[in-house]
Amino acid sequence: MFSWSELIPVFPEILMLTMACVVLITGLFVEQSKGGFLMFLSVLTVIFSAVLTVKDHAGGAQLTSQLLFNETFIRDGFGDVLKLTVYLLMIPVFFYSKQYLRRHNTLKGEYFSLLLFGTLGIMIMISGYNFIALYLGLELLALTSYALVAYHRNDAKSNEAAMKYFILGALASGMLLYGMSLVYGTVGSLQLNEISQTIASQDNDLFLTLGLIFIIVGIAFKLGAAPFHMWVPDVYEGAPTASALFIASAPKIAAFALAVRILGQGMDVLMIHWQSMLATLAIVSIIIGNLFALQQTNLKRLFAYSTISHIGFMLLGLVGGQEGYAASMFYVIVYTVMSVGGFGMIVLLSHRGYETDKISDFKGLNQRNGWHAFMMLLLVASMAGFPPLIGFFSKLYVLKAVVDQGYVWLAVIAVIFAVIGAFYYLRIIKVMYFDESETDQDIDANVDVQTILSINALAQLGLLFILPALFNYCIQVTKAI
Amino acid sequence: MTLQHYLIVSAVLFVISMAGIFVNRRNVLVVLMSLELMLLAVNTNLIAFSKFLGNVEGQVFVFFILTVAAAEAAIGLAILVVLFRNKKTLELQEINDLEG
Repeated sequence: MFSWSELIPVFPEILMLTMACVVLITGLFVEQSKGGFLMFLSVLTVIFSAVLTVKDHAGGAQLTSQLLFNETFIRDGFGDVLKLTVYLLMIPVFFYSKQYLRRHNTLKGEYFSLLLFGTLGIMIMISGYNFIALYLGLELLALTSYALVAYHRNDAKSNEAAMKYFILGALASGMLLYGMSLVYGTVGSLQLNEISQTIASQDNDLFLTLGLIFIIVGIAFKLGAAPFHMWVPDVYEGAPTASALFIASAPKIAAFALAVRILGQGMDVLMIHWQSMLATLAIVSIIIGNLFALQQTNLKRLFAYSTISHIGFMLLGLVGGQEGYAASMFYVIVYTVMSVGGFGMIVLLSHRGYETDKISDFKGLNQRNGWHAFMMLLLVASMAGFPPLIGFFSKLYVLKAVVDQGYVWLAVIAVIFAVIGAFYYLRIIKVMYFDESETDQDIDANVDVQTILSINALAQLGLLFILPALFNYCIQVTKAI
Repeated sequence: MTLQHYLIVSAVLFVISMAGIFVNRRNVLVVLMSLELMLLAVNTNLIAFSKFLGNVEGQVFVFFILTVAAAEAAIGLAILVVLFRNKKTLELQEINDLEG
């Protein structure tokens, strides 16, 4: 029952796939010194995808969901908002990557092609409505991520990080699949809506609970939630910064979408079961993330542990029911914007053959360049959740949703550890403003990268202007789930 | 042969592969083999369910998993090769530049 008109809503995906192939082929013929052209192509691709997504979105299909290709693919408001965020995030990712790769003399077409394929995987994960589609999207993203981490193939650290990421990533997929197979066995369908209906009409049984546990473990591995977080610090530290900044941003949105699709749409009836599991994961992540981050001296490792605690907050939102989905969605959007900026700063400061990923490399940044120190201040303060930056409000909404659900103790623990976490963020600020600089190396970055980074950091303030509108929109689109 | 038999076989395969990853402390290649075994356990599960439910979707899923498993093995072995070039070893104990 295929009709050609079904292809219209998936134009962004088709465009992404085509351009990923085009960039790959063009990369063969473009000299390395002209790698900027490939970046330009990639940026154009995401902008056009954004335009295509918005065009359909405004054209009446806004909040009604559309099921396509024998109901394996869903196009709805929730997915559209997440996809738009991904496109916007990819723009700074492309710019920072270009800067970083040029410094390391590894600017090649494959890199951008891999990023575009990864984006395609994310889009499929966001829109999958069937276990097969979700799994294929997940693997497309995962396989490209492994290759991106191993990108500096003469660097033993990069190889080792890739190997660890590969083993644990494949293990997570295996767990997720085993869970899916058990759910399929009890329900008899791979279709999310049919799963939801069948579960509602049948008694709870052992296989279903077991399948649910395996699926949650798989998702937790992918998200990097404690106690399944072992790979996160190693991968962030070992990977080239350009790859780390991709892995720390857009895929988190995809994993969030995966969790909402499978748990919120497919297994909504089992909510009481998975809520308690997610609450445990969330609290453990917040505690472990913040405590371990205290003793890090490597900024990439520090960001890794801070990611773990942010993921904890995001999962906490999912515990908070319908309102919580919106809070969680808002949180993940805000978090990815901050995270990309933080890694962008590391890229900006690094110079040829030297990674500035130690906290001590940020010593006296204020004397060297006041503006960039201020940008870093905004990003770090927003991560810590200082008012009036956007990071404060995202935490606030999550906590509010959790308290409304009656889990006051969860909120209390989360706040206590967020305060402990503020210490390591403040240490970065202290180092930048009150320590003596060890080098007087100038920051030599292209103007475009500096501009993008400034916009990225100022977004921590700028998003405040559209804060109520954005959050209301999140509530609106998650209501349809 | 009932459904239970197949499920027990696949559960055993799954446990063996988990043991191969977590208990094995020697060689990276063994870990890669265990990962493949894990996917095969899932496939057994899906085919058994598919047969006993009289629903073909599970078997379709298996084809996709097999394809992805091949791609995954290719990437895994590629990483293994570059790792070996830089380290000259595949012993898990020796691969510990990163703290974790």
